[in-house]
Amino acid sequence: MHLEGHSVSPAYLRHIRNKRLFLVALGGVLLLMVIFSVSRGAVFISPLEVMRALLGGGDARNRIIILNIRLPQTLAAVFAGGGLALAGAVMQSVLRNPLGSPFTLGISNAAAFGAAFSIIVLGSGSMQSSSADAVTIVNPWLTTGLAFASSLVCTAVVLFIASVTRGTPEVMVLAGVALSSLFTAGTMFLQYFADDTQLAAAVFWAFGDVSRASWRHIPLMGGLLAAAYALFFFRRFDLNCLDCGDETALSLGVSAPRIRLESMVASALLSSVMVALLGVIGFVGLVCPHLVRRFLGSDHRFLLPGSVLLGGLLLLGADTGARLIFAPRTLPVSVFTAFLGAPVFLALLARRKRS
Amino acid sequence: MILSVDGLSFSYRGVPVLEDVTFSLKEGEIAALLGPNGTGKTTLLRTLNRILRPRGGTVLLEKRPTAEFSPREMARFFGYVPQRGEPVRLSVFDAVLLGRRPHMGLTVEQVDFCKVESVLHNLGLSKFALRYLDELSGGEFQKVLLARALVQEPRVLLLDEPTSSLDLKNQLDMLATLRDVVSGHGVSALLSLHDLNTAFRFADRLLFLKDGAIVGACPPSEVPESLIREVYGVSVDLVHHKGVPLVVPS
Repeated sequence: MHLEGHSVSPAYLRHIRNKRLFLVALGGVLLLMVIFSVSRGAVFISPLEVMRALLGGGDARNRIIILNIRLPQTLAAVFAGGGLALAGAVMQSVLRNPLGSPFTLGISNAAAFGAAFSIIVLGSGSMQSSSADAVTIVNPWLTTGLAFASSLVCTAVVLFIASVTRGTPEVMVLAGVALSSLFTAGTMFLQYFADDTQLAAAVFWAFGDVSRASWRHIPLMGGLLAAAYALFFFRRFDLNCLDCGDETALSLGVSAPRIRLESMVASALLSSVMVALLGVIGFVGLVCPHLVRRFLGSDHRFLLPGSVLLGGLLLLGADTGARLIFAPRTLPVSVFTAFLGAPVFLALLARRKRS
Repeated sequence: MILSVDGLSFSYRGVPVLEDVTFSLKEGEIAALLGPNGTGKTTLLRTLNRILRPRGGTVLLEKRPTAEFSPREMARFFGYVPQRGEPVRLSVFDAVLLGRRPHMGLTVEQVDFCKVESVLHNLGLSKFALRYLDELSGGEFQKVLLARALVQEPRVLLLDEPTSSLDLKNQLDMLATLRDVVSGHGVSALLSLHDLNTAFRFADRLLFLKDGAIVGACPPSEVPESLIREVYGVSVDLVHHKGVPLVVPS
């Protein structure tokens, strides 16, 4: 069989171009959402004024509001949403399980346990009530650090069990489910012995909230997202092979156990940092990759950027909605993502069943 | 010899599956692997390209042990068509493009796209190129798996029941394509088959596997009825039709 003499069909080139256009459009919507989100709040600032402030001009008071308060929150939402969705997309592929997400591997519940431990046992839960009657955690570094450490312990245990059993996806998912239950039980145990204030603080921490992020966190979140994205994009064809099953991947020269381990470490690290900094935010990592697959398919050349953009858009949209709909009260963004994500996920399941 | 297998053995959780398997494959030869269910045909194919690690024995590819090959080199040498594949949400074109993975650098070159186009054209898959795998019929999907193996430009093709989901016409088309690839390009093929008559009609040599060991290896015209009876436990008559033996249960 001669494998020469054919050029790429215009239909395929059109097919690829359409996917790229979809990504560009998604990026455009995200950009508009960023401007919208920054312009809305207790003080309305026009999009034009937002643009001026971002370029270093405009009214000084508006610039302070935008640069010190709204922009870090907006960027945190975009990076965390993008990071969680990216981690979810990779976990779903390498585990070949549609339920793959930071939750499935117990990372989120482990972080919640670490935070509860810091608040209830180590006393970082001494409380102060603000004028808005909100709960604030006195020692956020200790809480965040322990949440992160706890997520890493969970990840390490899952990966250790998987490496002992030669890294099969089923083992990773089942180990994650078991550890998730274990950490949930641990959190409940701690909460049972906590006083009212500590209990309130632990529950408060577990609500995901992007406003906790400040400029200090943004380079870490953005840098980690960029590094993980670069790694996964470098592996995009290997991930496609892995999606087709270990047998196929191995027959195409792709070391399935090594790529799986490498991808799980990177995606677990990415989601651990996001969860430790912002609290538990559900459904973004689970739903976004499924939505992107619906429009762009499973090809990681498009699935990865699509998940990052949609994840950022969904979390930013949810955060903006959580701030504005019940203003002046602000809903925890994790409640909003669950309200948005659960029906979308159910609708996807229903469509899949029908098809 | 393009492929020489000597004393190959494999165990699964301590239970021997393959024992002292020895055979060789010439350039341009098609060999059919025959035997009852569970006798180790799929395991043998997977052990040859090191999807499974053998317990002992050697596999030489052009006189070089496969243990020295990197996974990528192995994939450039062996094209593998599994019995089943995962119908993921990849277009046919992109699924076949994965066959170029062992040849790719950081990016896909124009030449890789062109080779995919050629294979799709030759297998009559061009009209499905943009369809997702999960929208294909079993037969179409099986052809895609063959296309992916062919675009690897391997020296040896390993095919695990490649015609099991195909109707008669598509079976004949696929086998004709395989014959074309093998005879024209110095490629060899080892395929496991259940249909003895297809194997007799199509293969240059038949390898009979029983309880993890090769108990007979000969051209179709030299297969004794007793060998089939020994392997399958069924009495058969070999009837010659247009010079090709036909297996008919007695």
